[in-house]
Parts: sequence; C-alpha cells; structure tokens
Amino acid sequence: MSDDVALLLRRAGFGPTAAELAAARKAGYTATVSTTLFPPGPDIGASRAPIPQLGRDPFAGLTNPSEAQRATADERRRAQAEQLSRWWLDRMTVADHQAAEKLVFFWHGHWATSITKVKSPQLILAQHRTMRQAGDIGALAHGMVVDPALVHWLDGQLNAKDAPNENLARELFELFLLGIGQYGETDVKEAGRTLTGWWIDLGGERTVFDPRRHDPGTKTVLGVTGRLDAHGLVELLLRHSACPRFIASRLWFRYASSADPIPAEVQERMAAQFPDPRAMLRVLFAEDVFRATAGTMVKQPVEWLVGAMRQLGVQPADAPAETMTQILDGLAGLGQRPFTPPSVGGWPSGAAWLTSAAANVRLTLAAKLARLLDPGRMSPEDVAYLLGIDRWTDRTYAVLREVTNTRLLLTLGLVSPEYLVT
Amino acid sequence: MDPVTRRRFLLASGVAGGAALAAGAAGLSLAELLRSADREPSPTSGGPDKVVLVTLYGGNDGLNTVIPYADPGYAAARPELAYQPEEVLRLDDALGLNPMLPGLRRMWDDKRLAIVLGVGYPRPDRSHFRSMDIWQTASPAEPVTTGWVGRWLDGTNAPLEAAVSFEPVLPPMLVGRSRIGACVSYRGLSLPSWVDADLVTALGRAEPGEPEMQRHAAASYGDLVTMAHVLQETEHPGTTPDATLDAPAAATGTGGGNELTAQLALVTRCIEAGVPTQVYSVSLGGFDTHAEELSGHEFLLKQLDDALTNFVAAMARTPGGQNVTVVVYSEFGRRVRANASDGTDHGTAGPVFVLGPRVVGGLYGEQPSLLDLDDGDLKASTDFRAVFGTVLASVLQADPARYIEGYGGSLLPFISPS
Repeated sequence: MSDDVALLLRRAGFGPTAAELAAARKAGYTATVSTTLFPPGPDIGASRAPIPQLGRDPFAGLTNPSEAQRATADERRRAQAEQLSRWWLDRMTVADHQAAEKLVFFWHGHWATSITKVKSPQLILAQHRTMRQAGDIGALAHGMVVDPALVHWLDGQLNAKDAPNENLARELFELFLLGIGQYGETDVKEAGRTLTGWWIDLGGERTVFDPRRHDPGTKTVLGVTGRLDAHGLVELLLRHSACPRFIASRLWFRYASSADPIPAEVQERMAAQFPDPRAMLRVLFAEDVFRATAGTMVKQPVEWLVGAMRQLGVQPADAPAETMTQILDGLAGLGQRPFTPPSVGGWPSGAAWLTSAAANVRLTLAAKLARLLDPGRMSPEDVAYLLGIDRWTDRTYAVLREVTNTRLLLTLGLVSPEYLVT
Repeated sequence: MDPVTRRRFLLASGVAGGAALAAGAAGLSLAELLRSADREPSPTSGGPDKVVLVTLYGGNDGLNTVIPYADPGYAAARPELAYQPEEVLRLDDALGLNPMLPGLRRMWDDKRLAIVLGVGYPRPDRSHFRSMDIWQTASPAEPVTTGWVGRWLDGTNAPLEAAVSFEPVLPPMLVGRSRIGACVSYRGLSLPSWVDADLVTALGRAEPGEPEMQRHAAASYGDLVTMAHVLQETEHPGTTPDATLDAPAAATGTGGGNELTAQLALVTRCIEAGVPTQVYSVSLGGFDTHAEELSGHEFLLKQLDDALTNFVAAMARTPGGQNVTVVVYSEFGRRVRANASDGTDHGTAGPVFVLGPRVVGGLYGEQPSLLDLDDGDLKASTDFRAVFGTVLASVLQADPARYIEGYGGSLLPFISPS
C-alpha cells in the first residue's frame, strides 16, 4: 500500500517531498486522496508566490508604434513572458495544494494556447487566472470561449459574419469538449457563425462583443436550432452526452495512462461527477486500475523539474536569476517551456520525452539544480529517500555506489530511469 | 504496452496526432545510423533508391501554392489573398507557382519537378489530426494501426535504419506491425564535459524485467554516449530551440517544427555517408493559416523553397544523391473562399510536389475546377494513394497493392524507370 500512496502523490501533484510522503503513508491512501484533492484551509505555501502584477500590455495604447517603440515594447513583452514562466514554476514548487496546481497545468495542456502567437503576457496571465479560478468545467468552458488569449490563438478576434472563421469552432468540438466523431462539418460551420463578433481589448485584457460583426441569424448545431451565440454554443456542447466522457478520457490520459484506453466503467463513473474535475479525479484515484498503471507514465519535463525542486528544497525565486534563465532554456530544450505548447493538441506523452538529446539536456539541468545545494555527504539510499524512489534497480545502484561526490550522486539520481517514470 | 496496441488506442481515442505517438518509437541514435553505412558495399555506387517525405503540418493552402492565376474565379473567391497574374512564377498559361518558390521554379525548368494536382481522398476529413493520420496510414475509410511505410518495413523485413524520421516525434507513417522506423533526434547531441561517459553508459543498460518506459529512458543514455563520440567529427546542423519565437506566428500550432533546413542537413549527412536508409521523414509546421494568411504563408513557402533548393544542390554533389526523390505533401488544402479574417479554413484537395534527378517533370492529374465545388471545397481529382503507390513501386521497388489497402490505380509516370 505504501507504494500506492507514492504513486498517488506523484500523479496528483508534481512530486512529494520525503516529509509529505511519510505523513501521507501514515494517513493512508483513502485519507490522502481526500486531503490532496480537497485540502482544508488556504494554501499557505502558495502565498510565498503571489500572482505577479505585470501592468498593462506594452503595446496597449500604441495605435501606430514607431520602430523604436515597437522594439522597446517587444523587449518588455519578452522580459514579462520570462517573469511569468519563472513565477509559475515557483508557484508549482511552493504550493501546498499540489493537486490544484497540477490541475491548472492539466488545463493548460488541454486548452493549449501558446504565447509564441498570442505575444501578450497579460492575455496569457488572464487565461491562467481563469483556469485557476474557474469553479468547474462548465465555468471554465464559458470562460475559455471568450478568453482573449484563446480567441487570439484561434483567430476568433477576426471572426466576422460575412465569412466566419472556423478555427476556434472546430477545436471546441474536436479538442476541447467533445472529441472526434461526435459532430459533422456543418456543425463546425454553423458553430463558426455563433462565434462571430468578438474583438480583443488589449489594454482591458478582455474580449468585447460587437453586435455589428455578429451573425444574429438562426443556426443549427448538433440538431439544435436557434439564435445561438458563443455561450449558447458552449452550453450546447457541455450538455452533450459525449462531453463528460471525453473530459474523463483526457484526465485518464494525463493522470493514469497515455498508453492504455480508459476502461468504460471507469469512464462512466468519472463522467457521473462532471462538471467537477476534482470529483472526477477522486473517482479515478479510487480505482484499482489506476493503481495498476504504476510504472507506465513518463514524467513531462515540467513535472520532472518541479518535483525535483520540491524534493531538493530549491525555491526558484531564491535561485540566481541567471540559473533560472538557464533552467527555462533547458525546459525549452526538453520541449516543454510553460505557456508554449507545440500544438493546439497539447503536449506529447510517453517516450516522446525520452530521446537521447533530451537525456543530455536533463543531465545538464539536473547538475544545475544539484549545484544550488550544499548537500553534505549522502548515500544512494539517502538519495532514494529524498527523491521518493521506491527502490533502485541493480543497474542504477551499481552506478551510484561508484560515485563519491554528493552533487554528482544527486544529479544521477535525478536523471535515473527510475526517477523519470512513475 | 506494445506499439501496435498503443497505436490502436490512439486511433480509437482520436488523439493520434504524430505528437502522441512517439511512445512506440524505436531508439536509434544518429551514431548507430551513421555506423550502419559501413555495411554498404560501396558508397560511390549511389546505393538503393531513397525517398524523402516532407510533411507540411497544418494544411497548406494549395491554391496559393500552385496558383490558377488565369481563372477569374480564383481572384473573385479570395480578393485579399489572391496573387496577380504578373506576380506568379508561371508554369503554363493556367497555373503558376507562388512568388516565394523560385527554387522550385528552376527545378521545373530543369524538368525535375513533378506537380500532382488536386490530390485528396474520398469524404475528406477536416480535422488536422485525423486527416494527417489518413495520409500517413493511407487508409481513408477506417482507422488502421499501421502507416504505409511501416507496412513496407514489415513486408520487406527491413532493418531498423531502413526508415528514419528526423521529425521532432515519430510520425504514424513509419509505424508497422512488427517494425517501427527510427526516430533520430537532432538537438543537443554532445555529452557534458563534467560527466564520466562510463557512468552514463552504465546508467543506459536496461535491467531485465524493467518496465517498458523505464527501459526506453535507460536506452536514451546509451544512445547519448555513442552519439557524443561520432558527433565530435560531425558538423552540428542544429538551430536553437527558441527559433520558433522569432518566426511570424499567424498560424495555430498543429505539429511539425520549423527546422526543416536542419532536418534536411541531417538527411544530406546520412546520404553523403552512404547510410542504407531508404525512407527519410522530415517536416515543416505552421500552415494552419486561418487569419492574415498572406505574410505567414509566404514566410513558410520561402523556408520550404530555401530548404529544398539547398538540399537538391547538396544531392547533386554526392553520388548517393542521384537516387533521391523528394515528396512534399500536407494533410489538406484550404477552402477556396477566404474568410473574413484574410485567411482560409480547412479544405480538401491540394497539390503534391515530387522532385529529384529521377523525376520526370511536369503536371500530373487535373487542376480541380473552381466552379464545380463540393460545398465550397475543391473536388479531388487524384487519390493520394496513387502518389504513395507510385513511390512504393517506382522508388522502393515494392508492390503498392501489398501495402496500400484498396490500391487499384495505375502508376503515375513521374519517376523515370531506373
């Protein structure tokens, strides 16, 4: 049972510290599921990493910027984007309510929106706040359909009635709420009409509805006819019977197994808890099949890095700025810089993270983390305890026994195959 | 879980974007790949025929790539996006190439560029992820668990290095039932100086009974060490991982990277070294141009043209290059009519480029009519399976019917008999 508790904490959050793991084992599996998903009281740890105040977008109010103004604003955006990434890593690391943080990270990969196109750190932060604060999946979907960053990412702000743009409409069906096979091309076209008329107020960090650009006519989506608008469309999708099952399958894919499909009964039980994502996860974590997925999931780079920082007791905000820049570059090299998903379909999974090039970047990153500590003398067993590893393979143990330098020992522990897979 | 089962699940669950698939990828390092060249009898003979498959992710706007400039319907359907007749690089009195494709235009003059017009499949699917899957598995009717190259690997009992992807992740195309093409990474390939290679090598040994993913993780360290040695002698062709931040980004990300030049440089290196790989897979992403399409699309086409031009020039200098054929395709074209965002939405048929020394230049198939549309979309005139079937028959000397379900077409004569 003790291994189950470790699995639960690794999957529900970013990686438990040795102290958290010891306490959870004492409390038992069932109690840990509850306190992890529904923690009592405010998040004391997270208060050390408050959401940054970025001020207005550097381009807000610049209607016709000169070359120099443009260069200055671009530079400020670059700096703010980095500030934002550093802050989020910091927040994930210090937060006590790990499941809440992990869920925000999940939604970021689900409504995958990249700052490389959106450009504005303010809009990206506004989206992040919406993901963090949404009460449930329904509220989140209603927030996202008019979220300025997502709307910009999928070209919704240019969507006008004379020839609707279908980008956002299609992905609402395919990737965000229903999944392939639940709709037709006409549904997508008609949905494009429902989403017309929004523009982005950069300074106000919001979308604004312009009735003159909206198509007010009757539309038919999924067999329902009416004067649908953006929120009407989302309501229709949320009420579709496929939506809860689709979200359940995506949670399974990220929390349980990216290789095996979700068993139908588990899917139904999870779907019954829709639209509360934490209740859906509570069902998942109680399943025997969840525990049977141990040893199959590759940690995504952010999960790996944040877990490591938690276990080593490194708070990004306290690390030298230069080191944090190198760490962010390293994450980019591994393929997962926060706020920069590679595709609207989100991040890859599984062995995609295990190329030899990634192995190299990981070695370098792990060494940078180990250099931030003054660890004293440690044995391979101490490293296993610190990193929450159940046991070393004979292979890794033989390697670690050869090493006397503690920082190198930690580095190799952090890159070990045992640590990369959960 | 074995790759086949995994793939079946991915297809069934609708998440089989190339990005999701890499879990089954076989680990083959560039070092091992280059070493396999030693098994070639004579690198000067040119070796077997090779194909380089270039995937354009996002749905390339075919109408603004091979432009029906003389058709009044073209300018009428997309007034803000249409090129003027005097701007295009003319192929004949009806069609011209996008002005950003001068390199391809020169290949056309040299009779080494074939353009297959109006390529698609019945009942087009407009999801990026599903449509790309259809092209890569060559199975439009129903999801299948293998790609067309993967089935060829199975059928020929091909060695691991027969098909190689330099894409960021392994594409479904290269997945067979018993064999999987190799996915070779091209970033960050030298071992840090402070780490003892022996330790990393030891960490890279799989342990009996180890879980599959843990074994993959271990293997990546073994590959890293082998590669570090070889690459000391190889020029590093990579670009920085942050390069995407500097490209104009009008398109939604839908897969592929922006390092086509770097990927083709690795193909060049392998062919120069006489590696016995017969199928290479590379890609360029960013073609999902729903808005403000013109500048973003031109930027991408210029990247494509530059990369292909450099590659063809490099191939001309090496004996192995005489047997290389390049095929460029995308998962669908865009809608004929522009939307109100100065972009185009997901459409259907588009052109496929085939180029190389063995290619018989010219136009193949029929340009779809702009008047006879299918609910606003072009009607495909050529089934993409005829293109891939011809590649199987004429480049890989294989029977297309054996690897492409329902293949019945005659070959397109765009490759001269060897």
